[in-house]
Amino acid sequence: MYTDKVMDHFQNPRNVGEIPDANGVGEVGNASCGDIMKIFLKVEDNVIKDVKFKTFGCGAAIATSSMVTEMAIGKTIDEALELSNQAVAEALDGLPAQKMHCSNLAADALHEAIKDYKARQQAG
Amino acid sequence: MKQIYLDNNATTPVHPEVLEAMLPCYRDQFGNPSSVHWAGRAVAGAVEKAREQVASLIGASPAEIVFVSCGSEGDNMALKGTVDALRDKGNHIITTSVEHPAVLETCRYLEKTGCEVTYLPVDRDGMLDLAQLEAAITEKTILISVMWGNNETGNIFPIEEIGKIARKYKVRFHTDAVQAVGKVPVDVKAAGVDMLVLSGHKIGAPKGVGAIYIKRGTRLTPLMHGGHQERNRRAGTHNVAGIVGLGKACEIAGRDLEKNAAHMRRLRDKLEEGIRKNVPQIKLNGHPDPAMRLPNTLNVSFAFIEGESLLLNLDMYGIAASSGSACTSGSLEPSHVLGAMCVEVTLAHSSTRFSLGPNNTEEEIDYVLDVLPKTVQRLREMSPLYNCSNEEQCETCETIRRI
Repeated sequence: MYTDKVMDHFQNPRNVGEIPDANGVGEVGNASCGDIMKIFLKVEDNVIKDVKFKTFGCGAAIATSSMVTEMAIGKTIDEALELSNQAVAEALDGLPAQKMHCSNLAADALHEAIKDYKARQQAG
Repeated sequence: MKQIYLDNNATTPVHPEVLEAMLPCYRDQFGNPSSVHWAGRAVAGAVEKAREQVASLIGASPAEIVFVSCGSEGDNMALKGTVDALRDKGNHIITTSVEHPAVLETCRYLEKTGCEVTYLPVDRDGMLDLAQLEAAITEKTILISVMWGNNETGNIFPIEEIGKIARKYKVRFHTDAVQAVGKVPVDVKAAGVDMLVLSGHKIGAPKGVGAIYIKRGTRLTPLMHGGHQERNRRAGTHNVAGIVGLGKACEIAGRDLEKNAAHMRRLRDKLEEGIRKNVPQIKLNGHPDPAMRLPNTLNVSFAFIEGESLLLNLDMYGIAASSGSACTSGSLEPSHVLGAMCVEVTLAHSSTRFSLGPNNTEEEIDYVLDVLPKTVQRLREMSPLYNCSNEEQCETCETIRRI
């Protein structure tokens, strides 16, 4: 039911963990639906230098989290804000239909982390 | 890679003796058992022999056995057929909140047609309060439907005691015994049940065949109308090969019951103890006393991780199990059984069911106990719920710790 790319990212997830001095952290999902994604960002000069994730969820949730970190690293925060859940799913050669709405939240988590980064910058 | 099958409550491999018994039905014994000629006669005896084999396993008379296509058909027939046949007596059904969907969804359908259904709650161990069951009976109650063994937790319900209550109030009693047959002794007379459903593929017969025991004299409207097969109880040309396979599987189940149950119980207990010893922060789902569960079933939640990701990881090691997580149920909700038991929602998502079969070996359990702790740990390291640094603010962790 999962593509080879999904299984690869599930079995060998990239960028798992936390960034201790992250300057942007975002979390989406909730326990009741079975998916929680947390993204840690290190942004320098508006460019995402490092991304790490922690995810509670199914195979699709872990694979999309892993994929979004790969896609975000090196992008400016404006570019990263244009990354969509759909684009993450496409980069994984697609997800099963029933996973598209519940477990495909990685880009949302990334956007939340960027929002947090921006808020922290404004707060000074 | 090793292949370790621990999902026998989902389905079982066809027993070699069963396959052997079935093969002639796919070769020269092709007749329709309803035909009078030689081709029909050649298989009519085989169907009746199978009926005896099924009846013998559950303490019934052969005439009380009706072959159906699967457990769901049997449950549908028992419920819908009773509601139709006893329309003049009442419209109230009592069942439990932890039944298989074959019963639960049929009840929900019957509610739409004017029936009233009481769904009995269970306690945190997944057990029923029989006083509550008795209190739920009204003048309109026409049926009590309680499963013999629960497919997810393995909990065994006190069928004989429920049978006594049903007889006391003269209410018909149906039990979905799909998971119990072949794993624990089942005697319809001792249990006082009026209808019992069993399924072939859970006991080493192929998919596509099951049986319903209907106590002599029980009025039941057929689900399938048509020809005169099965004493007008169930129309449709007999699935001869499947029926022969079911008969043989029932014969083997009866013959090997004690040996298989003891074997599965020993390995299940070993797995249970091993998990308790080697994996911290787990929760057993089901009755804490293993003797109160089917001898092959173990359901455990591993805190902080999600069931499907654990299944996929175990699958990478060749271990097949199942989960009550939403991702594996095809809905957004985790298992209704664990929900009814008030299992906290993240723990329900992480529930994993290991259901053993007679073919499992000690070495296989050792292998699982070697793989499982590191697999759980690997997923926990990835989980935002595990070792939360800001514990006080983490609502999700709080809910897990409450259990």
